[in-house]
Amino acid sequence: MAKKASSSSRQKVKPKAAGQAFVWKRKDLLGLDELSAEEVVHILDTAESFKEVSTRSIKKVPALRGKVVGLLFFEDSTRTRMSFELAASRLSADTLLFTAKGSSITKGETTLDTVRNIEAMGVDIFVIRHGQSGSSHMLAHNVSASIINAGDGQHEHPTQGLLDIFTIRQRLGRVAGLKVAVVGDIAHSRVARSNILGLKKLGAEVVVVGPPTLVPQAIEPMGCTISHSLDDVLGQVDVVNMLRIQFERFSSNLFPSVREYHKLYGLTAKRLGRCKKNVIVMHPGPINRGVELTSEVADGPNSCILQQVTNGLAVRMAVLYLVSQGGK
Amino acid sequence: MAEFKRAMKKLLDSQQVQHALDRLYKAVVQQLPKEGTVAVVGIRTRGEILARRIVDRLRSERPGLHLETGVLDITFYRDDLSQRRGAPLVRATEIDFDLDDTWLLLVDDVLQTGRSVRAALDALHDFGRPKIIRLAVLIDRGGRQLPISADFAGRVVNAPAGSRVQVKLKENDGEEGVFIIKTEG
Repeated sequence: MAKKASSSSRQKVKPKAAGQAFVWKRKDLLGLDELSAEEVVHILDTAESFKEVSTRSIKKVPALRGKVVGLLFFEDSTRTRMSFELAASRLSADTLLFTAKGSSITKGETTLDTVRNIEAMGVDIFVIRHGQSGSSHMLAHNVSASIINAGDGQHEHPTQGLLDIFTIRQRLGRVAGLKVAVVGDIAHSRVARSNILGLKKLGAEVVVVGPPTLVPQAIEPMGCTISHSLDDVLGQVDVVNMLRIQFERFSSNLFPSVREYHKLYGLTAKRLGRCKKNVIVMHPGPINRGVELTSEVADGPNSCILQQVTNGLAVRMAVLYLVSQGGK
Repeated sequence: MAEFKRAMKKLLDSQQVQHALDRLYKAVVQQLPKEGTVAVVGIRTRGEILARRIVDRLRSERPGLHLETGVLDITFYRDDLSQRRGAPLVRATEIDFDLDDTWLLLVDDVLQTGRSVRAALDALHDFGRPKIIRLAVLIDRGGRQLPISADFAGRVVNAPAGSRVQVKLKENDGEEGVFIIKTEG
């Protein structure tokens, strides 16, 4: 059939469809840092197509039939793990779940040995969450299976960044030219880094907001501006992305009290009233209700927190599909 | 080693494409069921365009017909998925009606190996159970690898193995015509 055309001959017969001529070639998704704007858009567009699969009565396509996806969670996770698990099963892949608790990690096995052993069982794609920044890169260099970074330390969480950008594009119709506030614990946040990197690539403006102890100066070279006053920026932004305070990563007291943090940086209905009318409120979850935002805001009409979760599934299906095709 | 050569020959011009599509349409109309829902589903990209043209004509000439339309992206159902390199953009399948018990016309531009049709049948199966599925193609060029045949063909040609038949439609390619591309080693 006509579809037998190689991609090069297809380019020749269809030169005007530049978007379609793009072909994804990566075997891994380690972060948004190394992706081009075109690659980011390709993932978002592919995710758009996958949204339809979840609306069918049979919510399954055979794209990854016979493939094995290993979910390696060296760190706790609910949303990301379940989202990847469901994404893999919607693509007809088999999944293997590994969690650090109760595993041989407690007997002293290294991360690389653990992953190599699981790879030896015939795993095609690894989804990895690990507390160590750079762990996904290290593994990608040492195993031949595809690696998807599901959060590495304080470095990146690319699928979260992608699903946030996907949600922004869906709600506001574009990304370029928007002004996005990323608020809260920037220092410990891989979500913040992936968001900033992705948003900048697609032409959005990013302002990071938080107390000086949680906003490193080194974030500025990434191309965003820094503010320590939430009230100063709220009126100018199209998106407010409220990050979770990661108490578990604090080695010392980084702000005097949770109450004070909420008073200065918490998104309340009163503060929301000062925003643009169509502002969208995001949060990667899990929410500390009454800290980052009040329940009224989290469950209100400007919130797209649950939409983020729904979109996460489509984005992860797209990423699983793309890396499975790109690595050959 | 022989030099790699590609020769492109025009098989049908725009008027002949129109004629082939007309023939296809008339053959389909003769076999339409007397009652029930008729669903016309095109396989992306050019099957979708052909399906739309058939539907437009049915709407104007058969206003009483209960008609549904849809588009199928068969990428995930292809049997060569694991052998291909790289991932071009996948687009959504659009079937937002109940397939059960419909008389379904599946439309594609070129029928060769039958593998796209096999994939399309699998994809349809995930949406429901049509009563009857018929296959309409603009060009049947021969070269089947599966036990699949077209119920309606606008034109049957005997294209040599190793050649590629390319349909161009103005909605997608800016021009109309059918071309045969010979690849000689």
